[in-house]
Amino acid sequence: MIWLDTLIQGILLGGLYALFAAGLSLVFGIMRLVNLAHGDLIVLGAYLILGLGTATGLHPFLAAALALPLMFALGWALQSALLNRVLGDDILPPLLVTFGLSVVIQNALLMGFSADSRKLPIGPIEAQSLPLGPVTVGAMPLITFGSAIVVILGLNWLFYHTALGRAFRATSDDPVTAQLMGIRPRRIFAVATGIAMVVATIAALYLGARANFDPAIGPARLLYAFEAVIIGGLGSLWGTLAGGLVIGVAQAMGAAINPEWQILAGHLAFVAVLLVRPRGLFPRAND
Amino acid sequence: MSALLEISGLTAHYGDFQALFGVDLALEAGQTVAIIGANGAGKTTLMRAITGIAKVTAGSILLNGAEMSRRAAPDILTAGIAMVPEGRKLFPSLTVEENLRIGAHARQGNGFWTLERLYTLFPILRERRDHPGTALSGGQQQMVAIGRALMSNPTVLLCDELSLGLAPVVIREIYAAFPTIRESGTSIIVVEQDIGQALKVADHVHCMMEGRVTLSGRPADLSREAIHDAYFGVNHA
Repeated sequence: MIWLDTLIQGILLGGLYALFAAGLSLVFGIMRLVNLAHGDLIVLGAYLILGLGTATGLHPFLAAALALPLMFALGWALQSALLNRVLGDDILPPLLVTFGLSVVIQNALLMGFSADSRKLPIGPIEAQSLPLGPVTVGAMPLITFGSAIVVILGLNWLFYHTALGRAFRATSDDPVTAQLMGIRPRRIFAVATGIAMVVATIAALYLGARANFDPAIGPARLLYAFEAVIIGGLGSLWGTLAGGLVIGVAQAMGAAINPEWQILAGHLAFVAVLLVRPRGLFPRAND
Repeated sequence: MSALLEISGLTAHYGDFQALFGVDLALEAGQTVAIIGANGAGKTTLMRAITGIAKVTAGSILLNGAEMSRRAAPDILTAGIAMVPEGRKLFPSLTVEENLRIGAHARQGNGFWTLERLYTLFPILRERRDHPGTALSGGQQQMVAIGRALMSNPTVLLCDELSLGLAPVVIREIYAAFPTIRESGTSIIVVEQDIGQALKVADHVHCMMEGRVTLSGRPADLSREAIHDAYFGVNHA
């Protein structure tokens, strides 16, 4: 029974990792940009939710709703003003610029909020749980997992059933020919990064609700997200969810064996999947 | 009266390499103009320069008197110039119908071309509407590429190497759509290596060589020898 419980906890944790990863996957899928500041942007989102909640007295869930449009605007501006300038045939400039951005965000948060760890005050729901067959699961992990499914479903709908999604896919396929259709790739990229930041804000809410956060935890979140994206197969959203689940379950299993093995087990699972499927579980046909 | 599309002194470079040397060309409303020439003559560069994909270094491109040569590609499409690119360039992630719909991405308001009218023009595309665009045969892909360009309801349609790699029967099937396209109010420039096909559809033919127009005229006025000489660069002088 303990193993079933561990498996379910791992799957639910995987939902959080899928949320970390979905924005990264979206941006990579559309513009082949690896945003090394993604983890720090999630942490920034958590501080924004905390700040908005403190300033307005709103519950973190409502503060997060306020943060969503602000983070969209931040993503849009970041892409328009900075990242669009470094995108090109050479993959190194965007890596360097987002790495620098990661350092800048961490230090700005350190100056603004100190190194003390914080937590989003979500109230009594944190301790609530419900029986699910033979095991009991926490309400928040369940809501987190449900949100991950909704986000992936939403992004898939956007990608495959809207004019914007069509433009995303066309630009990803061939940005030059897309311009012949009247599409402006830079604007498309700006909207995509805006949407990625909306997803990052949702991830930030559950990150801050689940455990303490401080300005330095971004890079580790990026690592989990990156592993989830690669396990899933670059650019595939359902693959990203699967990748998150693999990391989550591996971490939970590792922790059940020995609490010190939690993080290591996640990384080992990542390496194991890559040994068997170097292109990930669900690679895109044209990559 | 000035022409619908008037190109004068057009010069374009790829880095240090000059690909076009002062090209002059005019397209009257309702006309079809053909550009012929061997590989490397600058035909595709000319198409890319007109649509804003290749950078114009000198000269002008006037569409109804408005300068296009400094505009970005999406603005040129919105102004009314659409292109069927060489090699068709369908989007592999999009179905046939999505490839057609994306042609109308920047379109404002209604126009002659709708999905329904395109499916009437190329009925096979209706059957294949849910297939990935790139899963179709070459001829069907070419139909999608033409339909995609028409969905913007262009004033001028540029077709780059429509017949490349296609069987003669398929080429005839594709060119059979031209009268309908012209009746819809679209004027056409075709780039062709198939001289016979070009002479058949065009009101006016230009032959290019090494980035210059070396011969121009109405098909009826051009002798086979003159075209042959211009195409292969033979100089009898």
